[in-house]
Amino acid sequence: MSQPAASTADRHPMPGMMVYNVKLGMWIFLLSEVMFFTALIGSYIILRFAHPDHFAEPGAVLNVPLTAFNTFVLICSSVSMVKAYAAITQGDQKGLRFWLLVTILLGTFFVGVQVVEYIILAREGFVPMVELYGVAHEIEGAALYGATFYTMTGFHGTHVTIGILCMWFVLYRAWQGKYSADNYGAVEIMGLYWHFVDLVWIILFTIVYLI
Amino acid sequence: MSWMLPDSYSTFGPDVDFLYYAILVVTGIVFVITEALLVYFVIRYRRRDGQKATYIHGSTKAEIIWTTVPFIAVLGLAFISIPSWNMMKNPDSVPADALDYIVNAKQFEWEITYAGADGVTGTADDISTINIMHVPVNQAVNITLRSEDVLHSFFLPEMRVKQDAVPGMDITVWFEATAAGAYPIGCAELCGNLHTTMGGTLNVYEATEFDAWVASQSADADDADDADDQEDQ
Amino acid sequence: MDAHGHAHEMPWIRRYVFSTDHKIIAIQFLLMSLFFLVVGGLLAAMIRWQLGFPSEPMPGGMLLPDEMMAPTPAGAIMLPEFYNSLVTMHGTIMIFFAIMPLLVGVFGNLLIPLQIGADDMAFPRLNMASFWMAFPAGLLMLASFAVEGGAAGAGWTSYAPLSASGEYTGVYLGQQLWLISLTILGFASLAGAVNYITTIINMRAPGMTWFRMPLATWALFITAILILLAIPILAGALIMLLFDQTIGTGFFLPASDGEPLLWQHLFWFFGHPEVYILILPAMGITSDVLANGARKPVFGYHAMVLAIVSIAFLSWIVWGHHMFQSGMNPMLGTTFMITTMVIAVPSAIKVFNWLGTIYKGNIHLHTPMLHALGFVSMFIIGGLSGVFMASTPVDVYIHDTYFIVAHIHYVLFGGSLFAIFAGITFWYPKMFGRLMNEKWGRIHFWLTLILYNLVFWPMHSIGIQGHMRRIYDPTQYEFLQPLQPINQFITVCVFALVAVQAIYALNFIISIWKGKKAGNNPWHANSLEWTVPSPPPHGNFELVPIVYRGPYEYSAPDVEEDYWLQDAPPPRETAAPALEPQPVAD
Ligand code: HEM
Ligand SMILES: [Cu+2]
Ligand SMILES: [Cu+2]
Repeated sequence: MSQPAASTADRHPMPGMMVYNVKLGMWIFLLSEVMFFTALIGSYIILRFAHPDHFAEPGAVLNVPLTAFNTFVLICSSVSMVKAYAAITQGDQKGLRFWLLVTILLGTFFVGVQVVEYIILAREGFVPMVELYGVAHEIEGAALYGATFYTMTGFHGTHVTIGILCMWFVLYRAWQGKYSADNYGAVEIMGLYWHFVDLVWIILFTIVYLI
Repeated sequence: MSWMLPDSYSTFGPDVDFLYYAILVVTGIVFVITEALLVYFVIRYRRRDGQKATYIHGSTKAEIIWTTVPFIAVLGLAFISIPSWNMMKNPDSVPADALDYIVNAKQFEWEITYAGADGVTGTADDISTINIMHVPVNQAVNITLRSEDVLHSFFLPEMRVKQDAVPGMDITVWFEATAAGAYPIGCAELCGNLHTTMGGTLNVYEATEFDAWVASQSADADDADDADDQEDQ
Repeated sequence: MDAHGHAHEMPWIRRYVFSTDHKIIAIQFLLMSLFFLVVGGLLAAMIRWQLGFPSEPMPGGMLLPDEMMAPTPAGAIMLPEFYNSLVTMHGTIMIFFAIMPLLVGVFGNLLIPLQIGADDMAFPRLNMASFWMAFPAGLLMLASFAVEGGAAGAGWTSYAPLSASGEYTGVYLGQQLWLISLTILGFASLAGAVNYITTIINMRAPGMTWFRMPLATWALFITAILILLAIPILAGALIMLLFDQTIGTGFFLPASDGEPLLWQHLFWFFGHPEVYILILPAMGITSDVLANGARKPVFGYHAMVLAIVSIAFLSWIVWGHHMFQSGMNPMLGTTFMITTMVIAVPSAIKVFNWLGTIYKGNIHLHTPMLHALGFVSMFIIGGLSGVFMASTPVDVYIHDTYFIVAHIHYVLFGGSLFAIFAGITFWYPKMFGRLMNEKWGRIHFWLTLILYNLVFWPMHSIGIQGHMRRIYDPTQYEFLQPLQPINQFITVCVFALVAVQAIYALNFIISIWKGKKAGNNPWHANSLEWTVPSPPPHGNFELVPIVYRGPYEYSAPDVEEDYWLQDAPPPRETAAPALEPQPVAD
């Protein structure tokens, strides 16, 4: 072995294939995420069609205006993510840090509102269990509704939370000046993930809260 | 060891058995030809040193043939299966004069209720038995299959009937026995620790015997339950 | 991350335990899944003891705890709940911890980078993580035997509601560990899938066009896509079932009007692609080995690729054939019958092309070739028995009988496992630098083929007689009692079948040290892995290989030998493209 082979990380993709590995990998990973949410949303749709009486009218249990505002916040966070990305492609370090921080704050606000909503709903007796402490569900027949609602929104919330944690890491690296106008891959894939999570929310909001 | 089906004793029998044998013949032919070719090629074209294999990459014509022929064959098998399937499983196919039964499955027994002459369950002339089903010959019976706990599967091998019982669902099962006799009932879906014990008997009676059975049950309707218990022993 | 140059200075633990080298990870997966294969085989032997000799004391049964085997003066007798755990864990371990990691974990890791001319996977550390998730998941699954209530006992399909609440079986923690273990394994599989797909799309060597890829890599690529899309469905279902089990939701529990059938739909929407995950790589391996053994190009290479792709597409619309008797709408049953019949066609195309491949060959019957031929002949049987069950009226009778058990084993043992034996023997040199012993390889093949058929062929027959699957004691049914001699015969053959696997195990182990040195290309094959030493060095290729032709140019008239390496420059200067081999350093 006279010539050590190049390590994979800085290996060039095939000529003509200009999508670098990490970005392609993220796209592929997101495809599997699509299937995961398809399973959850599909189950919700099937259960709801089978037992329409177990599912409350839009707005009867859930606070639609509050969540609509929260949705707006999440969409804003996608915009700020784009801003962060645009900044670093120009080599604007300060802009990158600022917009990343804004995204993190908006995301955190979103999760915070969700947690508050959960607490309020649980206080009202809207829980995912069939029975709680041996007592049947307080809202008549709503166990399926609760189970699907908390599972779907909960897994989405988990995704947002993981995104926020990753974004702190990206921000930390940004502070160290690791990114530049020709090295912004991490910011880019962070953005891909974030937009995906945002998109999932818009779908969830539509079918869980509005329809 | 045989590929022959055991005899069947219901109106479904001829259909299922015909389809089975039709598929047996079709797949049997494919099986013999392909395996024979495989063995023949391995022997005929075994290694000869100093010689090269024939350099062929394929043949579009061959691909077209062996795509279309199997395609037509399997679609043919699918289409000839459709009418029998509809007859067996479509609730609309149940004859109007069928006698009504309820089969309620639970860990680990079959609770079988004959609706009686009025054809309505929940009335006084219902006859309930455990693990034994009594039906007249040459008379369609219409079963509402239920489960109280987990999945079970109501299996009457000689009648060519099998249907899962699903908690929360009422599933229609029907058949018409064509010969009197006693036949096994089995559970074909893993339902717990004692799944293996969930067998029973299907008693198919001549019409007169069936009436006699009904009469004997109605006669002591008050202690019908005791009679059932004895029957189970 | 410039680790490669320093490979030899790395501490032992980084080189062999937490290695990021795809070849080491392949070996790790190999050892892990062979271990689970042995475990699964022993579980099967115990199942068969009970079926052959119902409720007779099991030899050695005294060694197991009383919750599994009831002690009597004559010896220990298997309890029905333990029998259910055995059936469940046999299926689960074989499918998820033996066959799947063997095909995907071992051959995916070993072959993909080597066959496309890459130095490693796109994400080597993710690859390492994949193994270090899969292995603990397997241990967790095994550990569930030891917990209160025993291991999961609702079948490898874990149908709800039996699996959704411990009150039906007495199994609580065991079922939960089953769910958690498979969820972790799901993450491992996803990590692998993302890696494989990225690697194949992005890291092919110059000249390695899509249609110059060996069929093994093609099959692994499509398999990775199936994993990527199917596993998340399973994960979603597993998590919902876990919630039912633990926090008391009611997705699948009728008590809250949950839908037991929803579990089946989710499971089989994953499950049918899963069964093709378990066969496509085996088909790819078979194609590679058959062409090599026959010294001929694969017949209809493009048709083969097309067949793989169409199987992958169709596998998403046939899941209902597992649910014909489940209470699903009969109209849906008809639809699924038609799609299921259609999916038999690409399988048939593959069989015919394999026959075409050996037609007019110059067949070398080396051990891998024998196993590949075994694969083809057994897969024919498994595919054909699928047609019986695809016909809905016939399935009414044979569903959940031993006919299905025969079908599964003809495709998974006769199919996948024979291809795995072929693949391990064929690529053994690329893992250990030596060849396995030919003589013992052949003896093992013939004994396995014969015993295997003695075990599983009669299962068609007892299935046809109405013998249900998953029953603890067939003699409980009077109409099954006449079949008991066959059950006993099968059991005896199973013991022999398990025993002769020791030949393979010994051959495998001894050859690591005593096998014949392989050299670069012991089988005179064409694809890129045979251009490098056995085993290949860290980083695989000294120079980025340049690919000039497809992988199956055996017996080409242009060259004297009967093989033609993919990276050998063409004989005529004019045909050479402007590409020159280049050092890989940047
Ligand atoms: C040639 C095409 C095939 C057809 C038409 C086919 C058809 C079927 C059908 C209809 C069933 C359901 C039977 C029932 O439960 O009543 C079934 C079960 C099964 N098939 Fe296939 N099959 C084919 C190929 C394969 C392959 C290639 C594999 C795996 C590598 C496979 C693995 C299985 C397994 C594991 C089951 C049983 C699942 C269970 O209930 O535990 N099949 N097949
Ligand atoms: Cu059962
Ligand atoms: Cu399937």
